[in-house]
Amino acid sequence: MSPVEQPPTEASAVSEYRRREQSITLSALGGPAVESTEDRGTAMTQELLTLNFGPHHPATHGVLRLLVTLQGEVVRDIKPIVGYVHTGIEKTAEDKSYWKVIPVVERMDYLSYYFNAMAFCGAVETLLEVDVPKRAQYLRVIHLELNRIASHLIWLGTSALDLGAVSIFLYCLRERELILDLFEMSSGQRMHTRYFQVGGVIEDIPTGFDAKLREFLKVMPERADQYGAILSANEIFLQRLRGICPLDAETLLSLGVTGPLLRAAGNPWDLRKADPYCSYEDFEFKIPVGTVGDNYDRFAVRLAEIYESVKIITQALDGLPEGPHITTDRKVALPPRHELATSMEALIHHFKLVTEGFRVPPGEAYFPIESPRGELGCFVRSDGSSKPARVHMRDPSFVNLQAFSSMAEGAYIADMIATLAMLDPILGGIDR
Amino acid sequence: MPDATGLELIGQELGDAVLDTVFFRERATLVIDPPSVRRVLAGLREHGYSFMASLHGVDYYPEEPRLGVIYELLDMSRVDRIAVKLRLPLDAAEVDSAMPDLPQDPGWPTANHQEREVYDMFGVVFRGHPDLRRILMPEDYEGHPQRRDFPLGGEPVLFTFNDTDLPRSSA
Amino acid sequence: MKREPIAGAGAGVGVRVDPETLRVRTLNSHQLLRGGDLQGANQPAHLEGTELEQYVQERVVTTTLDTAVAWARSNSFFPLAFGLACCAMEQFHAAGPRMDIARFGFEAFRASPRQADLIILAGRVSIKMAPIIRRLYDQMLEPKWAISMGACCSSMGVFNNYALVPSDKFMPVDVHVPGCPPRPEALMHGVLKLRKMVQDDPDMSWRERYGASGTEEVLPGA
Repeated sequence: MSPVEQPPTEASAVSEYRRREQSITLSALGGPAVESTEDRGTAMTQELLTLNFGPHHPATHGVLRLLVTLQGEVVRDIKPIVGYVHTGIEKTAEDKSYWKVIPVVERMDYLSYYFNAMAFCGAVETLLEVDVPKRAQYLRVIHLELNRIASHLIWLGTSALDLGAVSIFLYCLRERELILDLFEMSSGQRMHTRYFQVGGVIEDIPTGFDAKLREFLKVMPERADQYGAILSANEIFLQRLRGICPLDAETLLSLGVTGPLLRAAGNPWDLRKADPYCSYEDFEFKIPVGTVGDNYDRFAVRLAEIYESVKIITQALDGLPEGPHITTDRKVALPPRHELATSMEALIHHFKLVTEGFRVPPGEAYFPIESPRGELGCFVRSDGSSKPARVHMRDPSFVNLQAFSSMAEGAYIADMIATLAMLDPILGGIDR
Repeated sequence: MPDATGLELIGQELGDAVLDTVFFRERATLVIDPPSVRRVLAGLREHGYSFMASLHGVDYYPEEPRLGVIYELLDMSRVDRIAVKLRLPLDAAEVDSAMPDLPQDPGWPTANHQEREVYDMFGVVFRGHPDLRRILMPEDYEGHPQRRDFPLGGEPVLFTFNDTDLPRSSA
Repeated sequence: MKREPIAGAGAGVGVRVDPETLRVRTLNSHQLLRGGDLQGANQPAHLEGTELEQYVQERVVTTTLDTAVAWARSNSFFPLAFGLACCAMEQFHAAGPRMDIARFGFEAFRASPRQADLIILAGRVSIKMAPIIRRLYDQMLEPKWAISMGACCSSMGVFNNYALVPSDKFMPVDVHVPGCPPRPEALMHGVLKLRKMVQDDPDMSWRERYGASGTEEVLPGA
């Protein structure tokens, strides 16, 4: 198959598409696609069946299309086809000034919106060399960890829904409502809050936030205990997850997989500990690590991460320092509103920032952080103007999806669905 | 991050494949010659950078050579990152794929989808990639959207004053 | 002397106990409707004419078949379990415990388009996905309605670029819900508006709507 594109005619393009869609390379079997077995004297031939788990499917998390080659009920090859929610976020980001990119980039991995914003803001702050004040860093950590809990709750709810435990979905949504109330309190929006800005956060937290957050932190570990109690000892759950689709850490590393999948396989790589950013080195927390790397370990690692996130938030809230909530560099951050009435410079800065935006010195930066799914990196290239020249998000789900076919080979369809649930793909991040 | 001197040493070791070393904001970048990409990646793997974190493309319009492919490598044991950058002109946008296993050089399987994305968005052809086709756009799409001269596109938003094409229901 | 029937289990259900003889008598529905009790003293005499009419009017609801069918249809939407992007998360929350969509009877999210009659387009529609959504919409059986949830599918939303298609371009949409993402309350507001549309306007039959390929305006006062 020649990869070089000739300018296609419309009919040939469509037929080419169909031909490629139907061509399946059988990595597992190699050889022709027919096996024959002798059964009571009559020769039975088995054929491989290619089934399309279409983009609209209740068990694929989002619009993921899988071309699954089956031998009976056993999966032999999986080809994921993505792109069904491709939004051209990276292209749109080139057209907007830097602070306007933040809401655009937030909508990429739509469950971990603070993480997208953090990666982008981190990259731009690296290029600008601005200092983020300590209070802003702690506030960022609080919101990031709350978002991590929220993301894990949806993962738990939808995975349990796939496996049949419908009530867990409603329980997790109940907790997530509490978290979204907290987000609404600090920024006014439940999702995609545009709370992180380059240089800090957009606003300081309001007065009732501390009390409400402490209430939540008291409640969350008990609820997580309840989820563990319902699921971890459940016979059906254990049979569906224990020993299913393990993959060793070597293969995962060669496939570029990071995050809870890698930690479940035994490699304790977590960017919050290995390469701390945003004051994570001030907090004491553990990294849950699995042993076997099967689906149950992936589930247990994520459930344990919820407890660790609660610990981090408690420490951050207890140790929240006083100070500005955004950098004092007026060329980058908006001045506080009360200054606009008295200071001419503040007015000019405000005007320049809102209309044109700040200019970033030319250069390239790559800023990786640990999102709930793995290493989320943002590459920003700036050419000196007020709009970025290239924004690329290295999304963890996009890279983790490559491991899916290695994980689910040789398993039954039901196990493939469970593995997909434990993989936690977010199609917004995959497709961008 | 290897510091500036470490970067120079690595650059000297890899020899004439390295066109330039850049140490910017505490991050190291090697700018290399496109034909030697597999050799450079293998050499860096021996240095310990065994994890390819990201493979992405950039369009440097209007500077020439226009397209760039950047490989972000990570050394997990020493927590070190290094970036490898190569620049390609638009009319010769071909480079060896990092994915397949060569005789002396195990491949990087993580490059699979990421190279397909660079092909889709920029048009860089990766020689030796087992399955190079579009991943994000429809298969029969024409054009490479992430290039700087590709228009942003979009629709004018339909309001009641400007949608003359949609018929109104009689109810 | 009129004896009151003994109130106990069975009182009001159709079982009466004669207090004098303690005999149990069950009433048939005809007698129930007439407020029957044992003695017959309160039983209305044989009604005729206007008295009969008034009696019936107090107890029976009449309506047109269209209205009744519209009422039934509007109160039992089966949404298609279809989430594309971020709006799907808020759709989950609309079905969640706080903003419970099951209060209205719409919690039966069907996986198959053949069994669904409401498609809530939750999220951004890319050019690769648009023909698939059209196919799903065509697979749904009449009568069917569509809600375009969120800014991305109603208008182009945050991303006005090459990769997205507004939903009006390829399928008829009844209600647009603005927001990015719309709060679960906003989605409920949209669904309830659709319910009122379907309830109030039985003339807006599915044949007419299907013939008209444009958007519908919600009647003022709805």
